Amino acid sequence: MAKIIIPTPLRKFTDNLSSFETNGTTVQEAIEQLTQTHTGLERHLLDDNRNIRSFIRVYLGEEDINSLEKGATAVAPNAVISIVPAIAGGI
Amino acid sequence: MNTSLTPAEMARYARHIAIPEFGLQGQEKLKAGRVLVIGSGGLGSPVLLYLAAAGVGHIGIVDFDTVDDSNLQRQVLFTTDDIGKSKAEKAKERLLALNPHLDIVVYKTRFTRENALDLVKDYDVVADGTDNFPTRYLVNDACVLAGKVNVYASIFQFEGQVSVFNYPLADGSRGPNYRDMFPEPPPPGLVPNCAEGGVLGVLPGIIGSMQASEVIKVLTGVGEPLVGRLFLFDAASFMTRILKVQKSPDTKITELINYEQFCGLESPSELRPVKEITVQELYDWQVQGADFQLIDVREPHEYAVANLEGELIPLGTVSAAAHRILKDKKVVVHCRSGVRSAKAIRELEDLFGFENLYNLKGGILAWAKEVDASVPAV
Repeated sequence: MAKIIIPTPLRKFTDNLSSFETNGTTVQEAIEQLTQTHTGLERHLLDDNRNIRSFIRVYLGEEDINSLEKGATAVAPNAVISIVPAIAGGI
Repeated sequence: MNTSLTPAEMARYARHIAIPEFGLQGQEKLKAGRVLVIGSGGLGSPVLLYLAAAGVGHIGIVDFDTVDDSNLQRQVLFTTDDIGKSKAEKAKERLLALNPHLDIVVYKTRFTRENALDLVKDYDVVADGTDNFPTRYLVNDACVLAGKVNVYASIFQFEGQVSVFNYPLADGSRGPNYRDMFPEPPPPGLVPNCAEGGVLGVLPGIIGSMQASEVIKVLTGVGEPLVGRLFLFDAASFMTRILKVQKSPDTKITELINYEQFCGLESPSELRPVKEITVQELYDWQVQGADFQLIDVREPHEYAVANLEGELIPLGTVSAAAHRILKDKKVVVHCRSGVRSAKAIRELEDLFGFENLYNLKGGILAWAKEVDASVPAV
C-alpha cells in the first residue's frame, strides 16, 4: 500500500491520523480515497473541478507532482505521497 | 569598509576560523554581512542569537511588538523582566551583551507594503520570522523586487519548514521563491496561527537554528544553501523530508500589492463594525443579574484552561449551532482577544439575521487584566 502523509494543519480532518494507506494507482485516485474516508478534507484539498488546490502541494517522494503528470502520476505500492500546505507561524 | 578582524575578534571566532572551508575569509564575510531579521519572536530569537554569536557584522531587527508572558515559552531572547518592553530594543541589548563587535539597528515598526522596500534595501539577506500569510507574501515579494535572498522558515504546532528563496544562481537568474512554492495562500481560517493553534516551544529553536545556519551559508558561500528545496520537520514523529521546489513560469512579481486582500483578509478598517461591550460592562451585567446569554467561540482546549462559564461554540461550528443562540435576549460573544468573536458575529448576522449579538471587547485577555486577575490570560 502507498502512504499519504497528512500535515499537522489538516489532521483535524483525519481524526489526528498522521498518515493514510491507499491502493490508488494514481495520485488523483489516492487523494480521492483519502477524501472519501475523511470527507472533511475534501473542500480543503480539491476544488470544484476536483483538481488539487493551489495552496496545497502534493509530492510523490521528493518530486512535486506538477513536475510529473499531476493527478495522473502513477503511484507505486510502496510510494510515499506528501501533502504540503503553507504554514505561516513564526513568533 | 574594514572587514579585517581585530585580535579580540580572532580569539572570539577561533572555532569558525579553524574550519578549513570557512577560515578567516568566511569570518570576514560574516563581519561584512548585512542581515535583516523580520520578527524577533520564536524564530527570530534563535536566528538573532546565533547570527550575533557568529559575528554577522550588521543586523537589522524589525519588530513593533512588546514582550508578553506567553512569549517566554519559546522566545529565548527575552526574560521575565522584559515583559511589556519593546522586543526589538530588548533584543538589541541582549545581542550586544553577547557580542559587542556588532552594528545592530532596530526598526520598531510593522513590516508593511509602504516601508518594505526601504527596509530591505540596505541588507544582503532577509530572514523571515513573521507569523502570518500577508506578511510572508510581502517579505517574499519585497525580496524578489529588491534582489535580496529570503531565508524562509515557518512553524506550526510540531511542524517546521525551511528554504532559501530568490538565491542568485550561476546563470544570473534567481532560484525559486515562496510564490513558486505556494502561488496562493490558504483561505482564512484553514491554517491557524501559533497563537490559536499552538506551537511546541522548542520547535522554533530547532527550525530557527537551521534558518540561522542557512543565513551563514548564504553570507559566506560555504556549503550548499537550501535553494530549490524545502526542508520539512515533524517533531512529533521526528520525520524529516527534503522536497524539490521548482520555478514556475506563472510566477510574476512586478509590484507590491494589497496582501491582506490577496490573503482574503480585509483590513480592520474595512470590516463592518459589530456592537461591542467592555469587560467592565459585562461584569456590571453579571452583578446586576441581567438576563443575557454568554457564548465562547474559542476551542475546547482553550476553554479547559480558562473560561467565563459561557456556552462553548467554537468559531468553526457557529453556523451549525446557530439554533442554540438566543434571539430574544442580549447575547455576548467572546473569544481570546475579540477577533474570532467579531468574525462569529458577522457570520451569524449575515446568515441568520441576528441583531442582538455583542462582542466582548478585548476578550478573555481583557477580562483577566481588568476584572479578574485570577483568570489565566491565555
